[in-house]
Amino acid sequence: MLTLTINGQAHDVDVPPDMPLLWVLRDVLGLTGSKFGCGIAQCGACTVHVDGAALRSCMLAVGSLGGRAVTTIEAIGATPAGARVQKAWLDLEVVQCGYCQSGQIMSAAALLAATPSPSDSDINAAMAGNICRCGTYPRIRDAIKQAAKAT
Amino acid sequence: MAVSIDPKARNLAPSRRALLQVGAAVGGGLMVGFLAPARAAAPGGSGFAPNAFIRIDRAGKVTLIMPQVEMGQGVYTSISMILAEELDADWAMVAVEHAPPDEKTYANPMLGVQATGNSNSIRAFWTPLRKAGAATRAVLVQAAASGWGADPASLRTEASQVIDDAGGRRIAYGELTGRAAGLTPPADPPLKDPKAFRLIGKPLKRLDTPEKVNGQAKYGIDALPPGCKFATFAHCPVFGGKVARVDDSQARLLPGVRQVVVLDDLVAVVGDHMWAALQGLKALNITWDEGPNAGVSTAQVRERLVAASARKGVVAKSVGDAAKSLSRDAVEVTYDVPFLAHTTMEPMNCTAHVTPTSCEVWTGTQVMGRAQADAARITGLPLDKVIVHQHLLGGGFGRRLEFDPVTKAVRIAQHVDGPVKVVWTREEDIQHDLYRPAWHDRLSARLDGDKIVGWKHVITGSSVLARWLPPAFVDGKDFDAYDSAADMPYDIANFQVEFVREEPPGVPTGFWRGVGPAHNVFVIESFIDELAHKAGKDPVEFRLGMLGKQPRLAAALKLAAEKSGWGGPLPKGVGRGVAVQPSFASWIATVAEAGVDPNGEVKLRRLVCVVDTGIAVNPDTIKAQLQGGLVFGLTAAMFGEITVENGRVQQSNFHDYRMLRINETPPIEVHIIPSGEAPGGIGEAGVVAAMPALANAIFAATGKRLRKLPIDRDVLAGRTST
Repeated sequence: MLTLTINGQAHDVDVPPDMPLLWVLRDVLGLTGSKFGCGIAQCGACTVHVDGAALRSCMLAVGSLGGRAVTTIEAIGATPAGARVQKAWLDLEVVQCGYCQSGQIMSAAALLAATPSPSDSDINAAMAGNICRCGTYPRIRDAIKQAAKAT
Repeated sequence: MAVSIDPKARNLAPSRRALLQVGAAVGGGLMVGFLAPARAAAPGGSGFAPNAFIRIDRAGKVTLIMPQVEMGQGVYTSISMILAEELDADWAMVAVEHAPPDEKTYANPMLGVQATGNSNSIRAFWTPLRKAGAATRAVLVQAAASGWGADPASLRTEASQVIDDAGGRRIAYGELTGRAAGLTPPADPPLKDPKAFRLIGKPLKRLDTPEKVNGQAKYGIDALPPGCKFATFAHCPVFGGKVARVDDSQARLLPGVRQVVVLDDLVAVVGDHMWAALQGLKALNITWDEGPNAGVSTAQVRERLVAASARKGVVAKSVGDAAKSLSRDAVEVTYDVPFLAHTTMEPMNCTAHVTPTSCEVWTGTQVMGRAQADAARITGLPLDKVIVHQHLLGGGFGRRLEFDPVTKAVRIAQHVDGPVKVVWTREEDIQHDLYRPAWHDRLSARLDGDKIVGWKHVITGSSVLARWLPPAFVDGKDFDAYDSAADMPYDIANFQVEFVREEPPGVPTGFWRGVGPAHNVFVIESFIDELAHKAGKDPVEFRLGMLGKQPRLAAALKLAAEKSGWGGPLPKGVGRGVAVQPSFASWIATVAEAGVDPNGEVKLRRLVCVVDTGIAVNPDTIKAQLQGGLVFGLTAAMFGEITVENGRVQQSNFHDYRMLRINETPPIEVHIIPSGEAPGGIGEAGVVAAMPALANAIFAATGKRLRKLPIDRDVLAGRTST
């Protein structure tokens, strides 16, 4: 039995310790906001925060988490950076099919929390791991810059 | 029923979103947070329902039934705008619900089946939806008029109210529903003058985006009916192969693995969660009977295409005498494009629950009616016992025009107690796709000065249409295979386009975003560019010289040249390329700017795209669709290639089937030419534009003509020759 701290709540889960966090979130806890896209940390759709750092939950064994705080897309709006990112996403209509956007927003929120005024190359480095098949990249870039300017 | 978006939700700030709570609403536990509860499909079940698309309740909520699916193209919003415009509904009170499977009531008027594809949601439904909205408005006005004893012609409508200015009174639609339900809507109501549009033409915020930003949006892969188990599976890696033997002894020992389902062509592992299913799958020892396609390779496919292209094809179009015109001084070239996978971000999936008397399916599909029909076929149940819960789609791109994920899930679910969610691994998704066909094109043309006077284009490849829509495949003619080729915009006196159908052995083919135009316009606009250079003419001027009969396209080309700074200086190793296309009833001109370094690496610098798409229902959506489509097309041009060896697809995930990423994506400007013409299609148009614009930019930068995709860096670097 493992105890995980997700979005400020403790959850006891009876799962193998090598089980990736993504499947615990989606299939055991019903938190389906984090998405499955590739399973090999190549697409970023599964991005969550662990103690504020953006990580790919599809390759993150729950046994390695300990008591570290996990934040998912369902709760990122309660953080200052997350709220600014979500507002910019809506203002600029970034989203098309939306499937990748949980991961995009989580990566963007982690970027802004660490780097309040990111340059284009900061954005490239932080966001290159998140694939968008609908091609919303130009608007993602603009929205990050807009969120950075908002206070 | 299925996806539904409620007006109350749209204005709430994301930070107030509560953790989702799966409701056990009628039809399945999908409706959560601010999605309205699922309700019975029968029109008139609750409130006034004058037609298949509109329902108004006594509180005045206007529910719009969506005949087309939402896969990112913004159609839930654009279709709602059309209905709400003619209805004069209060936009803030509009709710959206997806139509049930019903091939008769909700068939796409242009396709003849209930399907979303071919960039025609707006064009196909423009008039029918306007009439539905206007007819509903007419009965509401009539109802108010008879209630007041007033002349209907003296009344007007706005924001879900009928208003009598002279009498100083108004009444809400909700209050009129009782009386309106007793009136017969007019068959051919007058439609608004576009000058009077209040919604259409405005960049209204999309209805589906708030829930996509806070994790609440439910895609097929997110379905969680109570008691649901989780499964994944493997097909034979060779196309068409079968299961010979399975040793599941190790798999069954793993924690969370519940059962192994062996079908003739796949083996599925069912577990308590996807991890158990994945681990179980890895632990299986499967012996495959590879079947007849174990020797298939892309080289073999290519050889067969080239040989077939020498056959006489079905003539798609013939003007003048191309053979005579090309009997001397003709330039002859061949072009080749590869198989391509769709790779929607949401992998294929479907949740199914089969009992002796019912079949319930949760998925995101572009073909509701066909999905339902296939589930009924497999289970032997009548249609009314098969429920299909539609969801938002995490990308369609034509992949979800195929119902095979539903077929597989239902077949597996027949062996499982309770619902089972069948999710494909990304590897299965890439290796068991229905691919954009590999094409081989032979073109010849003759120049007389700076005009093309003879043109012949022979298109050789698979007919997806023949399989997907047999009634449309008549006399060997596949209108999609030569779409944008037979209707090439240039004024050429002697012109012939032929199609030779040649199916690849074993490799399944399907519609891929951009369909026929995505392949044809690449080939045509590249060859046009070759001819421009041969004639010693500027590529923009050369095209304009032959677009005399295409004023809308010529105007788009001129604006694209202006906005992109065409003709202006560029650094060494950087070039601009232009491409024009009529496709999906829109006229588009695109200029790409790209640099190529000595290693053959291509750097995308800028794209400018100009579109005349007739009336722009939602201009922001149009810009977004073109930007996104261009990225999709650039990805294919830069990296896209599915190769087959020993009957197996060699690519498997995003590490070897590469996608364009944000750091490689240039700024993309879109300009919309205002127009009062009927709306054109836009969803696929950007894909079509990207490939030739980029290839022509690369030629301008390097002098190297690429007659194959994806871009060959060895050729650009001079490590090999073309």
